[in-house]
Parts: sequence; structure tokens; C-alpha cells
Amino acid sequence: MLADKDRIFRNLYGVRDPGLKGARARGAWDDTKAILAKGRDGIVNEVKASGLRGRGGAGFPTGLKWSFMPKQSDGRPHYLVVNADESEPGTCKDREIMRNDPHLLVEGCLIAGFAMGANAGYIYVRGEFIREREALQAAIDEAYDAKLLGKNAAGSGWDFDLYVHHGAGAYICGEETALLESLEGKKGQPRLKPPFPANVGLYGCPTTVNNVESIAAVPEIMRRGAAWFAAIGRPNNTGTKLFCISGHVEKPCNVEEAMGIPLRELVEKHAGGVRGGWDNLLAVIPGGSSMPLIPAGATGCDDLLMDFDGCAKHKSALGTAAVIVMDKSTDIVRAMTRISYFYKHESCGQCTPCREGMGWMWRVLTRMSEGRAQKKEIDMLFEVTKQIEGHTICAFGDGAAWPVQGLLRHFRPEIERRIDEYTARSSSLDARDPVPQAAE
Amino acid sequence: MSVRRLAPPELQPKDFAFTKTNAEWAKQQTEKYPAGRQQSAVIPLLWKAQEQHRGWLPEAAIRHVAEFLGMAQIRVLEIATFYTMFNLEPVGEFHVQLCGTTPCRLRGADELEKVCKKRIGEQGHVTKDGKFSWVEVECLGACVNAPMAQINYDYYEDLNAESFGEILDGLAEGKKVKPGPQIDRQLSAPVGGPSTLTDPALYAGAKK
Repeated sequence: MLADKDRIFRNLYGVRDPGLKGARARGAWDDTKAILAKGRDGIVNEVKASGLRGRGGAGFPTGLKWSFMPKQSDGRPHYLVVNADESEPGTCKDREIMRNDPHLLVEGCLIAGFAMGANAGYIYVRGEFIREREALQAAIDEAYDAKLLGKNAAGSGWDFDLYVHHGAGAYICGEETALLESLEGKKGQPRLKPPFPANVGLYGCPTTVNNVESIAAVPEIMRRGAAWFAAIGRPNNTGTKLFCISGHVEKPCNVEEAMGIPLRELVEKHAGGVRGGWDNLLAVIPGGSSMPLIPAGATGCDDLLMDFDGCAKHKSALGTAAVIVMDKSTDIVRAMTRISYFYKHESCGQCTPCREGMGWMWRVLTRMSEGRAQKKEIDMLFEVTKQIEGHTICAFGDGAAWPVQGLLRHFRPEIERRIDEYTARSSSLDARDPVPQAAE
Repeated sequence: MSVRRLAPPELQPKDFAFTKTNAEWAKQQTEKYPAGRQQSAVIPLLWKAQEQHRGWLPEAAIRHVAEFLGMAQIRVLEIATFYTMFNLEPVGEFHVQLCGTTPCRLRGADELEKVCKKRIGEQGHVTKDGKFSWVEVECLGACVNAPMAQINYDYYEDLNAESFGEILDGLAEGKKVKPGPQIDRQLSAPVGGPSTLTDPALYAGAKK
């Protein structure tokens, strides 16, 4: 288990003062000037060496991402944009940073902004997080009053302004280019890449979009050194991570742990274990609803290590590290149908495979959860997920196809059982075979 | 995608204009963005307009915001219909947004839905006294405190049918209700106290 002294988020539960005074007592804003004195390359190299990978789901190396920003401005300003549009079902970690330890994020923004040559940063907070937005704004105001932001921020000689912006309830705005569109005052519909945001981002200027947790971890990495961070976890999967453990556990909670912690240890040490014991586990979704589920058992959850490579080994992904635990009482088909409904509701409507496919998958799954389907439709459904995956502008299509694929991969017998039961029931009532419904 | 339309003409007010305070606030918002990029403020401004207009957004407000920002009306209409937090029809004084996504469903959102149906009625319906309306929304991002609901600006977490009912009672009677977890628990820490961050040395020199 990770030692308390190695935890970055020391006010995760909001027991202590989230304000500047409290944050300073916990070590934030301690000689930030000296960190910036290391220069742009010094900071980028340190973050690269730490092995920090993006905490928002895709796991792209943060330092490498920063290094894509032009070294010299061609006259266009550079922007830092922080993705605080936390909406992935199961995920609730950035919220805790914003309301309980916002100064970690604010200081991280200054360091990251400096490292990419940006004089301005925008934090895009999801619309529903009204109180969190207020807490974050209060922290920024405090930082301005203490001359930690604005002209000559923290005495570094670098000017940096930081603004809070908010959305209004659209999951897709968590996709970086959709977020930029939304920030420009448009519908949140993703852009084609290339050009990548590092060349043409916000207002057509070089921009880097990072997750809240990635940015908030940077000040600590700079203070304690890349070697400290890299020594936690496994190679390629370094550092600490906020895990959100929800669903059928005794004590759902957020907790910061070392990357690569075994799932069982994570759930039993911090969340009081699976309801009814480890043997009562049916499946987990390891990284937010977009990631395929992993079933219980010796080839599934028993040897699952919670990091990027550990989840990939089980044909899933770490995503946002939001662990949704489902015990044997779960109606697994219905649970995944509800996730499918989520994607139907949140599709931005831009690409046909996604806009039409999400509703189609949801309707078929709804029938399957009742057994009101034909067995050949299981393969058809799988085929449709493959038609959606990789055929859309953004990764939303993939993220919606994967959970369905995960369900079919591991719980096909359950769907077949329901179909058999329904058929047996309905033939005794002399009902007809279900007819597939046309699209809306 | 969700299909969203404006409220029927008979419900639409003729005019809308920001109050003086809100107009000043709106002006300040536009200053966050570089010159010529005032359109960026459209979501915060529509949100303010909705707040001013008893929680829903009439067509007149959409036109007013378009004029305020120098945008084509159709562009603002697009925004208002795309983002689901803009209520296009009247809502109750207390608008309940019940999270119905899987993590909340796993922990009993079905029970809360029954409470909503019993006390308020169907989704989108406003009670006769104008106090309540409810709608099922997608994940609100408080999954370790499931099941939960947002009522106006606040999150009410770790609910069950009983505590949820009490909150609605309290609001109906004009009482102050405590947002956040409704069971004995420190925000998102495990029930019974955190399993981490217990080393006092961590906060040596720090005042609580």
C-alpha cells in the first residue's frame, strides 16, 4: 500500500482548509518561482522523466504532449486548456480536487502554462459542478490576490492569467476538440485531426488540453523529482492515481493509490470488499463506462493489476481508473443496456455510424435484456459495434462500442439463456417471433 | 442525441432582457476571452438568462443573448438545444435531476425514481403548486456517493427512498436542507473513516 507521505492529494476528503493558507501548509505554492527557473525544457524533461501519463482516460504521456507545442511563438498566443468536464460514468475524482484542493490545480496550471509558453489558461468545468466551479474560482481569486497569478506570476517574471469556463451538460465536451469548440461558443462537436490542437487549437492557436488530475500532480513531481514519481508503480505505469470505487462494494470511496495495485487489494483495503465477499463478484468495469468489463475469476479480476498494461492484458483499459464493481445480484445485460442508453443520449450527432448506431445498439440490447431477440442478432450486434468502432471522427464511437463488445465477449451464454427462456415462454403462449425494429 | 424543442408559443413570454446587474455580469464574462471572441461567453450567458427566468430558457432570452453577443440567432438556438442543462420548458421551483446511469442504478436509483413518480409525477411535469419537477439525467459525476440527485445547484448524495423523501418534504416546507452525503460520511471517504491520509506527520505544522 502506498505510504501516506507519498500521496499527492493530501486533502482529498476535504477535512482540512482548501484555501491558500491550508494549501500552503500542505506544501503547495512553495517557491514556485524556483520551479519556473528550471526553464521550459527543464520542466518538460522532468515531467517526461517522471513517466506521468494523462489521467483523463487515454493515458498519453503528459511531458511528450507538452513538447509538441511550438518552441517559438509565430505571433499567435499559446493556450493551456484544462479538461474538467468530468462526465465518464463511474468517475468522480476531479471534482474532489476542485473542491478540496484547488490550489494544486491552480499551481499546476501556472507551471504547465509556462512550460508550453502560454500566458493564458482556461479550465473547462462541467456545467453541473456549480459548487466546484465556485470553489475553484475562489482559489483563483486568492491566487491573484497573493500575486501568484497575473503579471509576474509568483515572482517568476512570467505573466499568466487563468479563467474558469463552464459547459452545460454534454458528455462529448470531454473530448478535447469538442471541448475547444464548446469553449469557442459553439456546439460541442469534435473536430477532425489533424491539425492537432498543438498546432491549431483554441481560436486557431497552439493549445494543449490536459486533465485536471494530470495538471494537479505536476507541482509535486517538480518538487520531489521525477525519480520519486517514477519509483512508484511499474515501468510505463508510474506514479500514483486516484481511484473511484463505486457499485457493489461495502464502502464506495475515492482513494489515491500506487499504479499497478491489484484490484482485489484495492477493493478490500479501501472499499471494504465486494458486497457478500470476493466470491460474490460478477464483473468489474475497470476504467469508466467506456471500457470493456472484466469478469470475475482466475482469468479475470483475480489477477488484474490496476494500471495501463494490467488492464490491457485483459482486453480492457485503465481509462479514468473508475472501478465499477458488480456483484452476482447484478442484471448484467440491463446494466450494460443502461450504459448503451447513456451513449445514445450523449452522441453529438455528427457522424452517422455513431448517431444511428447508438440508438440501434440500445434498442437491440433492451430487447436482449428481456430475451425478446433472436440468437443470430447477437452476432449482428457484435458486427455493428465493429462498424462503429474506428469509423467516427472522435473516440466516442469506440468508447460506446467497447462496453457492448465486452458484454458479448464474456456474457454471451447469459443472453442466450434469456432468449431461450423467452422463446419457451412465448411459444407456449403461441406468440410470434420477435421482429427486429427499424431505426427511429 | 436527444431531440429538444422550444416550449410551445403559448408558454413563451414576449420579451426578455437581462436585469442591470446581470447585464453587468455578462459584460464582465465577455472580458475573459480575447478581443473578437466574445461568442465564447454564450453558455455562461444563456445559463444566467435561465437563472433569471425561473429556471427555464424562453425563445426571447435566446434572441436577447444573440443580440448581446452579436451572434446569429440560429447559432444561439443551436447551443440552447444542444446542451441539455438548458431547460426549454418551464420547471418547478425545485428542479430535481435524478442520476439514472449505471453506477447509481446499481445502488438503488430505481427506488428514487419511484419516489419522484409518486410525489411529482411524470418527467417534465411541474406540480400544481409550481414547486417541483424532475428529470432523469446522465451521470452527474458523484458515483462513489451513489445514488444521488441534483436539486437546483446542490448535490444530494448517498440517498435512499426515505432520506430523499425527507429532503423533498423539507424543501416543500421551505426548510433549509443539508446538501452532500445524507449518511454519516466525510464527502467521498469510505463510511466509518478514511483508510488513508491518517499519518499525523503529513500535517505537522498545518492547522486544520
